[in-house]
Amino acid sequence: MSKHDTPLLDELEKGPWPSFVTDMKRQAAKKPECWDILGQLELSFKDRITHWKHGGIVGVFGYGGGIVGRYSDVPDKFPGVAHFHTVRINQPASKYYSTENLRALCALWEKYGSGMTNMHGSTGDMILLGTRTENLEPLFWDLTHDLGQDLGGSGSNLRTPSCCLGESRCEWACYDTQETCYHLTMHYQDEIHRPAFPYKFKFKFSGCPNDCVASIARSDIAVIGTWKDDIRIDQAAVKEYIAGKYPANAGAHAGRDWGKFDIQKEVIALCPTGCMSMNGDKLVIDNAECTRCMHCLNVMPRALRPGLEKGASICVGAKAPILDGAQFATLVVPFMKVSADNEFEELIDFIEKVWDWWMEVGKNRERVGETMQRIGLPTFLNVMEIDPLPQHVKEPRSNPYVFWKEEEVGGWDRDIKEFRKRNAM
Amino acid sequence: MGYDPKNPMEGRITDLGPRKYDNFLPPVIKNNKGKWLYHEILEPGVLVHVSETGDEVYTIRVGSARLISIEHIRELCDIADKHCGGYLRFTTRNNVEFMVDSKGKVAPLIADLKSRGNKFPVGGTGACVTNPVHTQGWVHCHTPATDASGPVKAVMDDLFEYFGSMTLPAQVRIALACCLNMCGAVHASDIAILGVHRMPPMIDHEKISGVCELPLAIAACPLGAVKPAKAEVNGQEIKSVKVNAERCMFCGNCYTMCPAMPLADPDGDGIAILVGGKVSNSRSAPKFSKLVIPFLPNTPPRWPETTEVVKRILVTYAKHAKKYERLGEWAERIGWEKWFELCEIPFTDKSIDDYRLAYDTWRTTTQFKYTSHIK
Repeated sequence: MSKHDTPLLDELEKGPWPSFVTDMKRQAAKKPECWDILGQLELSFKDRITHWKHGGIVGVFGYGGGIVGRYSDVPDKFPGVAHFHTVRINQPASKYYSTENLRALCALWEKYGSGMTNMHGSTGDMILLGTRTENLEPLFWDLTHDLGQDLGGSGSNLRTPSCCLGESRCEWACYDTQETCYHLTMHYQDEIHRPAFPYKFKFKFSGCPNDCVASIARSDIAVIGTWKDDIRIDQAAVKEYIAGKYPANAGAHAGRDWGKFDIQKEVIALCPTGCMSMNGDKLVIDNAECTRCMHCLNVMPRALRPGLEKGASICVGAKAPILDGAQFATLVVPFMKVSADNEFEELIDFIEKVWDWWMEVGKNRERVGETMQRIGLPTFLNVMEIDPLPQHVKEPRSNPYVFWKEEEVGGWDRDIKEFRKRNAM
Repeated sequence: MGYDPKNPMEGRITDLGPRKYDNFLPPVIKNNKGKWLYHEILEPGVLVHVSETGDEVYTIRVGSARLISIEHIRELCDIADKHCGGYLRFTTRNNVEFMVDSKGKVAPLIADLKSRGNKFPVGGTGACVTNPVHTQGWVHCHTPATDASGPVKAVMDDLFEYFGSMTLPAQVRIALACCLNMCGAVHASDIAILGVHRMPPMIDHEKISGVCELPLAIAACPLGAVKPAKAEVNGQEIKSVKVNAERCMFCGNCYTMCPAMPLADPDGDGIAILVGGKVSNSRSAPKFSKLVIPFLPNTPPRWPETTEVVKRILVTYAKHAKKYERLGEWAERIGWEKWFELCEIPFTDKSIDDYRLAYDTWRTTTQFKYTSHIK
């Protein structure tokens, strides 16, 4: 494998943002197949179309996911990428690494792959980008035996769960997202590695309604931290914010002169429920009206903290647009305790109830959110044995087409002859 | 002993799962887990978190291309070994975070990062444009309608000043997905760059029976545009499919199910721009991104049409939005008609929904603004 001319890609070595082209050229010194990645990508830049063939099922024995097959459609020109399979490695929760572990992963990938990676894939896995079929089993052997690590998910299975950094470095985490993510990942190893679902299924764990892992937008079950009791207020700190001694929004707006901090304008008036006011120099929150949107906490992190009775809201059914259009996850359980003390029993029961139903009624390649749309939220709640709540909807329905059940009406059996005796036609 | 191809199942270990996270937490993080009191952004890319124990952790956030080499990762490790006790982390948006346990260690770390060319830009905090979430594009994907790393590099070169500063009304999340599958989850981003196809699939009758389950290809179409049909190959009649092109919405789902139905094309494919999405529940509920530009051409290596319009939208937002207002909140406050006018983006019928649930987006009130659209 030798260097190819890459005049188009070379243009992407210019400019201030880190260049993947420069990086790949640097890697090519040790891993010459990177010249063929660059060569084929240059051809795509010239032809304005991909040069990867459709699919290709490869994997390791006993697993139905974790490796994505990929082959070049111009292998004669670029033999170094004739096979270019992806290996998904389950990332540690919140993506903290020791350099010892990262270096071991690098050595593994130097031995068996192209040397290129994605840190990380959208779902959360560490993505090792480009290897040959014959390398897969030896790589998996070393990964499990020497590094004590494992593949992530792909295909119609539980995809690799992911979480925000939670309590590890955030004052707003309302449950331990890392422990929850780790525990459930370990609990569901079979579901991650052996596809048995109608389609993909994702869990994501966010510690608060800021939702830094975008769980409400892209996971089939989104576990989003929240609290039940009152926002904790440090009135002395409120005064410091008003006096301009603490930076508003934790300094996030420091690059522009927005004028002096104005608690009325920046906090109280922006509260979506209007549940805040000043009583003299004291901040008052009508907590019964609060919807825990996080705005006031975000703006005054030193003065306001989540309450002490913490848990999570469970939302179900988010997905990207393919096929029926994008969906956010729907609030199903307003508040659930999420705790390692009972090994997340309540959450696990919930998850398995969703799976039992979806695996029964879900169609091939139908995400659970689409199944819910097709069959209806009332039926879903009924199956889940969850009482309907006004919190489940933005507003009540505006059409009267209720699917009454026979038993709700007291029976549907009637006799037309009896009817005609009273009501002539 | 390593893998033995003659006895592939012997000694096999499976279902190990990931290494437990607490193997990888820096001591200051481990000691203060669940005890953090508050945080502050000291300067762009530099955060301090303060614990109730009195401990502090300083985080230096740097951008990365996401598509990175093991040489690059090793350099990250060198930096973390030298300054951070051998630990680092990655964020959901592909940034890298170096953490140190005292303020004195911050300046030497930043000086080290800055001495290494443009590989480690410090920023991505607060009211900024942080690292775009993106997909594979032409570097690895078989269904893309555009590249991913290329347009992201071009866009971020153009918006670089906004990565390392905090001058915007709120954070601006940019994301790119190279086709409608949206692996990059761009559907809830402030500015979404989306690869789109515009030509219906071709049918490779010679190959289709060998590579496809025809009923799956037919069922894959959400609009029933793929129908069973007979075709002739080398004088023989074979079972194949036909596509009603007028019904096709170019989603590419048929190609996902059937490799004999490719729809990618150099001129048919390009980029759509969607704006105004958000994920956080802060103030307003999460919002979907809305389609404001249906098509821009694929123009490698630097996609000038895309970079120009992304910057124009960003600059217009920066000028007009109020403090804290996300792009979508601003658009809703002023009204989308005003938004199109201010951003100087022509409004076309392509922005009017005619798919499922379309009616929810049609205006059913007499409240509107008189903009230049009304002649």
